Amino acid sequence: MDQFLQHIVNMFILGGTYALLGIGLTLIFGIMRVVNFAHGELYTFGAYFVYLASALLGMNFFVSLVIAIVFGCALGAAIEFILLRPIRSADIDTTMLVMIGAMIVMQNTEQYVWGGVAKSVNTPFGESALVLGPISVSWLRIFVFVAALALIAGSYLLINRTKLGKAMRATFQDRDTASLMGVNIQFIYMATFALGSSLAAAAGALLGPVYVISPQMGNLASLKAFAIVILGGLGSIGGATIGGFILAFAEEIGAGYISSGYRDAMGFLIIILVLMFKPTGLFARAERIG
Amino acid sequence: MKRLFPWLVVLAFASIPLWLHDPYLLNACITTGIFIIAAMSLNLLLGYTGQLSLGHVAFFGIGAYASALTSLGLDVELIGGFRVVHEPWPVWMGFVLGVVIAGIFGYLVGKLSFRVRGAYFVIVTISFAEVVRLVALNWVELTQGPLALTSIPPFTFGLPGLGYVDLYGKVENFYLVLGVGVICQLVISRLTKSRVGRAMVALKENESLAVSVGIDVTRYLILAAVISAGIAGAAGSLYAHYLRIIDPDVFMFLYTVTMVIMVITGGKGTLAGPIVGGLIFGFIPVIARSFATPELQWILYGALMILIVFVLPQGIVPAIEKWFGVTDDKSATLEPVKP
Amino acid sequence: MNVLQLAADKVAEPKMPALTIEHIAVHFGGLVAISDLNFVVNEGEVLSLIGPNGAGKTTAFNIITGFLKPTKGEVRYRGTSLNGLKPHQVTALGLVRTFQRTSVFQSISVFQNVLTGLHLRGRSRLWDTLLALPRERRSEEELRAQAAEILQLVGIAHRSRELAGSLSYGDQRLLGVALALAANPSMLLLDEPVSGMNASETATFMRVLDRVRGMGVTILLVEHDMPMVMGISDRIVVLNYGRIIAEGPPAAIQGNPEVIQAYLGQGAKKRARD
Repeated sequence: MDQFLQHIVNMFILGGTYALLGIGLTLIFGIMRVVNFAHGELYTFGAYFVYLASALLGMNFFVSLVIAIVFGCALGAAIEFILLRPIRSADIDTTMLVMIGAMIVMQNTEQYVWGGVAKSVNTPFGESALVLGPISVSWLRIFVFVAALALIAGSYLLINRTKLGKAMRATFQDRDTASLMGVNIQFIYMATFALGSSLAAAAGALLGPVYVISPQMGNLASLKAFAIVILGGLGSIGGATIGGFILAFAEEIGAGYISSGYRDAMGFLIIILVLMFKPTGLFARAERIG
Repeated sequence: MKRLFPWLVVLAFASIPLWLHDPYLLNACITTGIFIIAAMSLNLLLGYTGQLSLGHVAFFGIGAYASALTSLGLDVELIGGFRVVHEPWPVWMGFVLGVVIAGIFGYLVGKLSFRVRGAYFVIVTISFAEVVRLVALNWVELTQGPLALTSIPPFTFGLPGLGYVDLYGKVENFYLVLGVGVICQLVISRLTKSRVGRAMVALKENESLAVSVGIDVTRYLILAAVISAGIAGAAGSLYAHYLRIIDPDVFMFLYTVTMVIMVITGGKGTLAGPIVGGLIFGFIPVIARSFATPELQWILYGALMILIVFVLPQGIVPAIEKWFGVTDDKSATLEPVKP
Repeated sequence: MNVLQLAADKVAEPKMPALTIEHIAVHFGGLVAISDLNFVVNEGEVLSLIGPNGAGKTTAFNIITGFLKPTKGEVRYRGTSLNGLKPHQVTALGLVRTFQRTSVFQSISVFQNVLTGLHLRGRSRLWDTLLALPRERRSEEELRAQAAEILQLVGIAHRSRELAGSLSYGDQRLLGVALALAANPSMLLLDEPVSGMNASETATFMRVLDRVRGMGVTILLVEHDMPMVMGISDRIVVLNYGRIIAEGPPAAIQGNPEVIQAYLGQGAKKRARD
């Protein structure tokens, strides 16, 4: 039972950051229809940036987090402007290939710059933990959970209560009509990609210190993000949030009770199973695929 | 003359071991050749039916492991306590089984592609490949996991009474790979120029229209998937019995990306595309190895892929064809009847 | 094998119903697209389905060709029910449709387009192809000869080598008909075939349709171009709000005040009187 509770606790923490990853991708994939393989690389970027800022440059940990997110946003905007805008009219396969190219370049640049040895980041929380009966949770993880929730809430408010968010929602529903009503689609696309990328960077910045940082961490992150998007339905922030927690739950239970080697397989199995039986995802509105 | 050209190319390739003796370079030729076969199979799926399957390396790996295990023998316990014991079989049977089992998985993927289209299909295929990789990594009893399957026997050719020859050497394996490659190319060439090939192209171009002229879209997609997977499985088998050691890294997404780059750069939907792309990306590491680390090479590949998409979206071969004003076979006709 | 001959073999008794549409109803959620459709298309005739936009013509068309399932009712072709058949199975029965938009395979040549359309007439098996057996070559030669004939019939043989996408609009539509003919139809369903065509293209098209009809092929046509419809049809069925409001030969429809009121408008009423 204690084990189970511990798993549940872990699930919450993991789920929050997974939700960030998922929300970022569901916005990009949903609004722009870009299969963003580089999403995981923004996640890695966020992690390495915190490492750079706090471990190497000695900046305050929390400040590093914020700057990592800001730079993630900027990088996302740059990628959209340089790589995606010129091929706006191309079909989905083409953009996918370009994103794969970007992923390769980014990942190997990280490998080249930082080397393959995993890095770790020291945080002001140290090793201290909160002990509640049989379970213990490190303060760092609690912080991560709270920060993730704050960002999720922030995203929700941005999408649903601001003019920008309204424009994004309109573009998601019907791009042509939105454009006719005066929405600057070019800007919305850049904003969407930048926002999605900043959320991925945030996820990386938060999780990096919890685990270790390596150049390959983005691969799994991308695929898990897709699993979450599929689970939660395209374009649904609430769905992505719930999807993030479901994935975290599946991973914890899978790792705990089946085998830790298959932990990462959970995400993929979920993708396959969900798409086989409900190709539109668990929470999606009825929508044409492809 | 145009019909002779491919055979001249084959002859040119066949002559390589006669003048190239450096074992490192020969090895590069062999592994490049194996990857070209895998790229050709991906081209069938991507270039002719338009299905972007990013899990293709799974068929390669399944072919490799199936072939290796068939020839090594296995002894595993399945869920429910069943013990499966298999005595080693001749390598050529491993090859056949590798092709067949990969083909069966291709059938499953093909069936799945009907429920799930577009971007979701891509994601499912990647997931499938990753699951297969994780199984290979974790089911140690069957695959030895990360410890790798070793001492895989090489191909053996011969006839009872006349004697056998084991293909340990590079030259022999080179000709084996070339031979299999030529056969696969013939199969793909005949297929794509036939009624079946036309049906595949039609369903990629305009599915509703294809359906309206009576083409059973499901059937041809599945056919393409099965044949494509089988050929990839053949390549995997060649790989296993040449290297004689394989581990779950054979399932890495990296290899799928390599095949995709080869096909896209060379020209998807063309017969020569995967070969041209394969030669380029097979030999860049060879040329670059003295002055660029693997990471830099990959950065180069990524940049190249992006560049190709921007500058030559159809790939190199169609650009060359246009440059030389060569019309491809597709528009050739019998004497057109005078109006 | 002569393309013209093939179709002639399929001609049944004239004046017998070829296609029967019985009590077809289509509901999309709460919306009634078609309420109760009943009509018959006889062998060898040219029947036009007309009606204002939104009358349900495209829906009816999609039902008949298997691209949409009706909520109620049944469509039968020469006795065989089309209910539940997939579109490619409907084609195999001899019912072939054309499309309004993207009616051709854009990036392959005109000749390859028709060859593709001849899919159902090819008789080679997979092994014949892979082993390059003589039977395969013979089958391919036959198909090529048939393709050339069809292009002749439709009048665009001189464009055989061009990419379908580079053809003029009118020629693309003709290619669309060639594609449909290749699929071995005993009945052709044409979806607004001359929409967007100028007068001379329309005239050419009508001549081609005449030739096709001469081969004994039954034709069902959905169209807005009135002169064309009046000129070529044996009978006309008029739809409005998902129901039939009139049915009969062109002369009867031209003068029918209900039709004119529903559809053609006051100006046309005046023109019809003249």
